[in-house]
Amino acid sequence: MAVKIFIATDRLDSVLEKLSTKIDLLIPASLKDDKSAPTGFVPFVPGTAPAFDRQTTTPLKKALLPQVETLLRFEYHKDPQGSPKSSVTVDDQRQVRPTLVFGARPCDVKALTTLDRVFSNGPYVDPYYVERRKNTLFATLVCRQNDAKCFCTSVGGGPADMEGSHLRIVPVDGGYVVEALSPEAQTLLENLADAPDSARDAQAGQIVEEALKRRVGELDTKGSPEAFRKRFDQTDYWFQMINQCLGCGVCTYVCPTCYCFTITDEVENLKGERLRSWDSCMFYHYTLEASGHNPRPTKLERYRNRVGHKFSYIPERYEGLLGCCGCGRCIRSCPVSIDIRQVVGHLKENTSE
Amino acid sequence: MNNNPYLPELATVQEIITETGNIRTLRVTLDNKQRMEQFDFRPGQVGQLSVFGTGESTFVINSPPTRKDYLQFSVMKTGEVTQRIHQLNTGDQIGLRAPLGNGFGFEDMKGHDILFVGGGIGMAPLRTLLLYMIDNRSDYGDITVIYGARSPKDLCFTYEFQEWRDGGINLILTVDAEFPGWKERVGFVPTVLSEVAPSAKNRIAITCGPPIMIKFVLFGLKELGYEDPQIITTLEKRMKCGIGICGRCNAGSKYVCLDGPVFSYDQIRSMGGEL
Ligand SMILES: Cc1cc2nc3c(=O)[nH]c(=O)nc-3n(C[C@H](O)[C@H](O)[C@H](O)COP(=O)(O)OP(=O)(O)OC[C@H]3O[C@@H](n4cnc5c(N)ncnc54)[C@H](O)[C@@H]3O)c2cc1C
Ligand code: SF4
Ligand code: SF4
Ligand code: FES
Repeated sequence: MAVKIFIATDRLDSVLEKLSTKIDLLIPASLKDDKSAPTGFVPFVPGTAPAFDRQTTTPLKKALLPQVETLLRFEYHKDPQGSPKSSVTVDDQRQVRPTLVFGARPCDVKALTTLDRVFSNGPYVDPYYVERRKNTLFATLVCRQNDAKCFCTSVGGGPADMEGSHLRIVPVDGGYVVEALSPEAQTLLENLADAPDSARDAQAGQIVEEALKRRVGELDTKGSPEAFRKRFDQTDYWFQMINQCLGCGVCTYVCPTCYCFTITDEVENLKGERLRSWDSCMFYHYTLEASGHNPRPTKLERYRNRVGHKFSYIPERYEGLLGCCGCGRCIRSCPVSIDIRQVVGHLKENTSE
Repeated sequence: MNNNPYLPELATVQEIITETGNIRTLRVTLDNKQRMEQFDFRPGQVGQLSVFGTGESTFVINSPPTRKDYLQFSVMKTGEVTQRIHQLNTGDQIGLRAPLGNGFGFEDMKGHDILFVGGGIGMAPLRTLLLYMIDNRSDYGDITVIYGARSPKDLCFTYEFQEWRDGGINLILTVDAEFPGWKERVGFVPTVLSEVAPSAKNRIAITCGPPIMIKFVLFGLKELGYEDPQIITTLEKRMKCGIGICGRCNAGSKYVCLDGPVFSYDQIRSMGGEL
C-alpha cells in the first residue's frame, strides 16, 4: 500500500484530477482569472492552477463553516377552511460530501482546533460543523517560507506542524512528496503515483527537519489572560492602539479562528430558510440591543473584545487554548496596518512589570 | 430536545393576554404531547421563540415548573420579531428552543427570606420564581415583592396580584406618579425600596428591570447592608444561538446565554468584559 508518493509538478493536474474522482477536492487557487488576484480555497476542476507558493488571502474556515449556510427550511400551510390560522413544517435535512483539502497551510489546519472546541466539545454540539469536520481530510503543505507577518510558532503551531492533518505535502525539487499520516489517507494515495526516489525522499526529510526547527515569530503569549484583565480598564492605552481602525471588519473575515455568526430568516411567499452567516464583532450592530443600549459602542471596546476573545476569554474558557493560529492575515489585510502582535507583546510587558 | 440544538420544536399558541399597551403574554404548548408532559426546566431558564420567516428572540419562561399546563412568555414589543409575535393569534404554530440558560439557584434560597424588586417587563423573570416559591411556600421565610411601573396601565400580571397576596406574599406596588383611583404606593422603585427597607439579614434579593432602575436599586440594597453574593439579577444581551456557540452574548469569558442569564453580583464583578 502506498504511504508516500511523488507528484511531479507537470503531473500535478492529472494526479489531482484522478484524486477528485475518489473525493471532492478543495485547493488553494486564485479567486479570479488573474494570477495576482486574492487567493482562497476553491473546488478543484481540471486545469485550475493551485496556489501553493503563498498562504491564501482568505482562510480555510469556510470548508467547515461556510460563509452562508442553510440551518433549516420551513413552509407555511394555509388553513383549507380559510381561517387565519397557519401551520408550519420545518426540516433540517442536510448532506455532506467527503472532501479533501489539498494544500492547506499548517496554521489554517491548526486553527480548527479552536473551532473544534467551540463547535463540538459541548455542552451543545453543532451538528452542521461536526458532520463536515468528520467528512473532511487535510493534506497539509509544509511551509518552506514564511513572511514577516507569520507568527505560528509563537502560538503553539509551526511551519511543519501536522496536528489535525491526514497527509503531509513537502515541496521538493521538481514536485511534491506526499505522505499519508492516517489509514484513510493511505487509501486515497493508492494508484495515484509512484513512490519518491531516494534523493527526493531524503530532500523531503531534510525540509521537514528544517521546518520543524524554524521559529516563526517572537511573541510570548504565556500569562496573556491575566495580563489582559489587568489592562482592560486602561482606556487611553486601547484608544492609542486602535485610533486608526476603520471598523471595516476585514480582520475578522480573513481570520481562520473567527467564527462568530448571525442567524437570519429568508422567506418568499410561504416558504423560507433559516440561514447562518459569518458576522463580525468589529461592527457596531453586532451587540446593539433592541433597547438602544450597546455594550460595545465604540471601536475601542470592539477591538479590545477581539484581542480579549483570542488571548484571554477563549483560553479562560477552554483550558488554555489560544484563539489565534499565528497566520498573520489580520496584519496583512488591515488597511491601516494595525498589528495584533503589538498589543499582545505589550501584554507580556504588563505581566513582567 | 432533538440532536440538532438549532432546530426548534413546534408549539401552538393557546392563549394570548394583553398585559399593557406594548406587552403581551403568550401561553403555548409543545405540539408533541409526550415532550410537553416531560418538559422540565428551572425557574429563570429561557426559550428561543421563533416566528419562521422573521426570526428568533429570547424570552424567559415566566410560568413556573410547578404549573405545566402551558409555558408562558411575556413579550414587550421592541423590534422586528417581537412585533411579529404581537400579531400572532391563538392556534398559530411557532417554534421553540427551550429550556436554555442556567436559571435561578432556588435550592440555595431555601430557608431564606426573599426580596424581589422588579420594574416593568422585568417582573417576568421574577414571576416564575415567585410562583415556584408560592407553590413551595413553607421552604421560604418572608417573601416581599416590590414591583413598580410608570403608571397603573404599565403593570403586568395585575389579574393575579390577589393570588400572590393570598399565597403569602407581601406585595408592594408602586407607580411613578399619582393616578386617579390608584390606592397603592407612589414613587420610583428604588425610593420605595429604601422606605420599605427589608432587612438584609438572612435574605436574598433578586432584581430585574431597566438598567437605570437596577443601578439605583443596587445602590439602595448596598445602603441596606446587602452584600454582593446576596444580590441576584438576570443579564440581558443580544443573542443569536442561545447555546454558547455563536459568540454574540459574551461578557468577558462568560456567555450570558449559557452561563446565565442569572448571575449574582459578585459573579458579575469578577466577570470582566462589557455589560
Ligand atoms: C436572557 C434574556 C431574557 C429575556 N427575556 C425577555 C422577556 O421575558 N420578555 C421580553 O419582552 N423581552 C425579553 N428579553 C429581550 C428580548 O429578547 C428582546 O427584546 C428581543 O430579542 C428583541 O427582538 P426584536 O427582533 O423584536 O428586536 P430587533 O431590534 O428587531 O432585534 C433584532 C435581533 O436582535 C436581537 N436582540 C435585540 N435586542 C436584544 C436584547 N435586548 N436581548 C436579546 N436579543 C436581542 C434579537 O435576537 C433579534 O433577532 C430577554 C433577553 C434576554 C437576553
Ligand atoms: S504562519 Fe506558519 S504555518 Fe502559517 S503560513 Fe506562515 S509559516 Fe506557514
Ligand atoms: S482590519 Fe484593521 S481597520 Fe479593519 S476592523 Fe480590523 S483592525 Fe480595524
Ligand atoms: S447567543 Fe450565541 S453564544 Fe450566546
